[in-house]
Amino acid sequence: MKNLPGKLLLLSIVAAVAVTAQAAPEKATPERDREVFENRFKERFPDLAKEEYANGVYAIDPIGRESWEAIEEFPPYELFVDDGKEMWDAPFANGKTYKDCFADGPGIAHKYPHWDKEKGMVMTLPLALNQCRESQGEKPLKYKKGSINNILSYMAFESRGQKTNVVIPEDDPRALEAYEKGKKFYYTRRGQLNFSCANCHVQNPGMKIRSDMLSPALGQTTHFPVYRSKWGTVGTLHRRFTGCNKQVRAKPFKAQGQEYRNLEYFLTYMSNGLTLNGPGARK
Amino acid sequence: MINMSIRLTSIAAAAAIVLGGTLSISTAVAADAKVLEEGKKLAFTRKDGNCLACHAIEGGEAAGNIGPPLMQMKLRYPDKAVLRAQIWDSSVRNAETAMPLFGKYGVLSESDLDKVVEFIHSL
Repeated sequence: MKNLPGKLLLLSIVAAVAVTAQAAPEKATPERDREVFENRFKERFPDLAKEEYANGVYAIDPIGRESWEAIEEFPPYELFVDDGKEMWDAPFANGKTYKDCFADGPGIAHKYPHWDKEKGMVMTLPLALNQCRESQGEKPLKYKKGSINNILSYMAFESRGQKTNVVIPEDDPRALEAYEKGKKFYYTRRGQLNFSCANCHVQNPGMKIRSDMLSPALGQTTHFPVYRSKWGTVGTLHRRFTGCNKQVRAKPFKAQGQEYRNLEYFLTYMSNGLTLNGPGARK
Repeated sequence: MINMSIRLTSIAAAAAIVLGGTLSISTAVAADAKVLEEGKKLAFTRKDGNCLACHAIEGGEAAGNIGPPLMQMKLRYPDKAVLRAQIWDSSVRNAETAMPLFGKYGVLSESDLDKVVEFIHSL
């Protein structure tokens, strides 16, 4: 054979490159994170369809589900939705309405959270509502309790059926950075009791803490704002974040501050593909 | 008569020793029982050990199941010191622990932790 040593050399180089390519570690991407996340729950609950996760703990707790289905006959959030519609329709002092800020109408909850390139931050719906109010000369609403929950309930209700679809734009590296910060927050232990969000909702979904069943992280963002029997009212996602942090004896962060907005960005991305079904009712 | 009084005295002395001895034994038993009772209260109380949050314990209601039920403890932890260490800092044996570090992070004081250990070890 002509030039056998040369051919052998070429062959060994090709083989070495092939081996190296196989050995190279896979780079983590948000989409790959989400697949791994989803698979974890598939393993834990093999017979549970993905859409069911939008029902939270009631997807995995048959006894709780019975009570919940009964409650949903006369949903406790209905009055909040009605009050929210009134808020949406009522003109501001300057005669304008929310429609002037949100031309597409109230059914836009699925567009949040998103990366705001101009402001260089994660934009959430409550934040956008207050920015609208302030631009129209109105006072901002509080982010955990109070009337923001009315308008959020109305908008969530009008957004039912839309799919969670958080986008991390590739043309702005700060967006991925915010996602990564949210992800880091999620998996970091905190508080005197030393728990991360993941300890309960990724490591132990379906297990019971005293008599309460822990909900899976997948699907947790679809049903906010939420009427919690414990609160006796509707509250926001960031109110719940605050409560969870306090429960592990960690100092809570500010509602709609950077930490919780980045956390929301990560957590909602993990539920991409799930249908919005807020406002929800929970124990 | 002298013999009678010596006999009476020695009977009285013997009785005192026996009674005194009995009293000290029952005091020791009572102290253990008290420690166990206090340990149980700490274990069951939400703001203290709150062990029932994750562990089924005899006598406790509506317990969680994130951790194993606490029973056969002398079999599982023949050395009480090992049990104490586990409650003090469970992350030593398991970095992915879902159990608070009751001693290391001061959730329980050292003396309260001692009482909890006595109670748990008795299960």
